Amino acid sequence: MKDGITHWFKYASPQNFYPLAGKLWPWFAAAGAVFAVIGLWISFIVAPTDAQQGEGYRIIFVHVPASWMSMFIYLIMAAWAGLGLALNTRLSGMMASALAPTGALFTVISLWTGALWGKPMWGAWWVWDARLTSELILLFLYLGFLALQSAIDDPRRADKAGAVLALVGVVNVPIIYFSVKWWNTLHQGASVSLTKSPSMAHTMLWGMLLMALAFWMYSIAASLARVRCIILERECHSEWVKNALE
Amino acid sequence: MHWNSLSDFLAMGGYAFYVWGSFGVTALALLMEPLLIRKRHNDILRTLRRERAAEEGIA
Repeated sequence: MKDGITHWFKYASPQNFYPLAGKLWPWFAAAGAVFAVIGLWISFIVAPTDAQQGEGYRIIFVHVPASWMSMFIYLIMAAWAGLGLALNTRLSGMMASALAPTGALFTVISLWTGALWGKPMWGAWWVWDARLTSELILLFLYLGFLALQSAIDDPRRADKAGAVLALVGVVNVPIIYFSVKWWNTLHQGASVSLTKSPSMAHTMLWGMLLMALAFWMYSIAASLARVRCIILERECHSEWVKNALE
Repeated sequence: MHWNSLSDFLAMGGYAFYVWGSFGVTALALLMEPLLIRKRHNDILRTLRRERAAEEGIA
């Protein structure tokens, strides 16, 4: 048992995590592609036309999963950052930095698809309502994290400063999630609720879940591939990196 | 199957710009990011190899 635990702790060192991440990311990328194919097939072929919104509602299959990911990735990024702050492990800060660009990308996708959905349905690309504004703040938190980290030369200090920002910003995630309950907003309520049965047809729910799985696998693959770059950049003067170059 | 033809599918019931604008930009973004990551990885590897070659040249 003890051997099993120490075996896993081994991967907390960047030197051992670098080859592991290299082996793992193609599998997550492949799984993401498979889920995306099934998810798109449900989104466009299986899911019926909506009675009110016609074919325009199909944006839901990319908008809702992207919005979920923008919030999930932030929480995971903040968890890694907090772990790095508490335990002073090098890899934690690297993982937080590796997740931030992908999280920011999904936030942009969420805002972009939201605007393209809002225009035909509400008649406006953008409104300053609670849901949209708090999601925009999420984008600024990601960008602030990235800017702060790149402004500090010493990576360990950059990790610490970024971690504080990431942890303070966590308060925004429940605000986004519950904004449609707490305030009167133009945005519709939660599509999927944990407490009551889903308020939509099962095929639509499956389409959204599969697209969310595809994005989830994609995000793991992208962050593993990016953390390999960060490991090499930060450890470039260590002996193992020099030996690893054939 | 509720699409009668390919053009019917592409028209998206009049919402083509909004639907394809959403899915298209998302697909583009998720194809671009891995390419940028691969470039970043290749760049750092090239720099490291060059540094090593320079060191070996001195030694």
